[in-house]
Amino acid sequence: MALNRDFIGRASAPSSPYEVSRVKIKEFAAAIGDDNPIYRDREAAQAAGHPDVIAPPTFPIVFSLAGGTILADPELGLNFAMVVHGEQRFEYRRPIHAGDELVSVSTVTDIRNVGRNELITVKSEVSTVDGEPVCTTYNTIVERGGAG
Amino acid sequence: MAATVKYDEVETGLQIPPADYPVRRANLVMYAGASGDFNPIHWNERFAKTVGLPDVIAHGMFTMAQGGRFVTDWAGDPGAVVDYGVRFSSMVVVPDDEQGAVITVSGIIEEKLEDKRVVVALTARSNDSRVLSKARAVVQLS
Repeated sequence: MALNRDFIGRASAPSSPYEVSRVKIKEFAAAIGDDNPIYRDREAAQAAGHPDVIAPPTFPIVFSLAGGTILADPELGLNFAMVVHGEQRFEYRRPIHAGDELVSVSTVTDIRNVGRNELITVKSEVSTVDGEPVCTTYNTIVERGGAG
Repeated sequence: MAATVKYDEVETGLQIPPADYPVRRANLVMYAGASGDFNPIHWNERFAKTVGLPDVIAHGMFTMAQGGRFVTDWAGDPGAVVDYGVRFSSMVVVPDDEQGAVITVSGIIEEKLEDKRVVVALTARSNDSRVLSKARAVVQLS
């Protein structure tokens, strides 16, 4: 089913704060098979100039899918069973570290069809609860066969 | 943020040696748990086939993470990555056997920017297919 173009420009309410923990960073690093000590050992991270352990570059995917609240809106018409990931980008202003409390605001920036697929792009601005910008994420997902 | 690689010692066209990253079903189960992406196409073969996929496929973000690991291992400090984007051009099919799949990542310095930053262009392949395209990382060197 074609996606509802009225959703272009729609923004989510700010997410509830996501508290970045050392344990979650360690779990995520283990899941991607990365044994870099900067993700696990606070002293190693501090030796590299960071306040605490930092998160791998793709870690923001854990919490920035707050766009999910928009994507799950039945009015959008997205069939999750047919969804695959199309594109992903992260722009970092600084590394995310343990202790950060992060809030995301997501906006649907584009919905388009390519061949038989529907593509939707969600941009998320991630900042600390104090308003310091941390990163911007761009997430494009593909609904296979969505354009019929 | 201190990359161990020095900007002045890097030239455009420099190739970063390829690395192989194995992917088995267990890795996808771990990634589902760590990321919160429990889409069954990444762990349930029966479900994957009912939606027209050849088998279980890796999370695109798992593949992107391997490209990220390749860049951060090269740069020395993960905090040196200032921009990272990819397009998922092909699926990484992960069979339920001892071998699983392998993602092979290589990189080349595509451009030297101002402020000691460089653009690393990545290539990621699995099963003779290119699984990432337009994969670029901007890295802050020393």
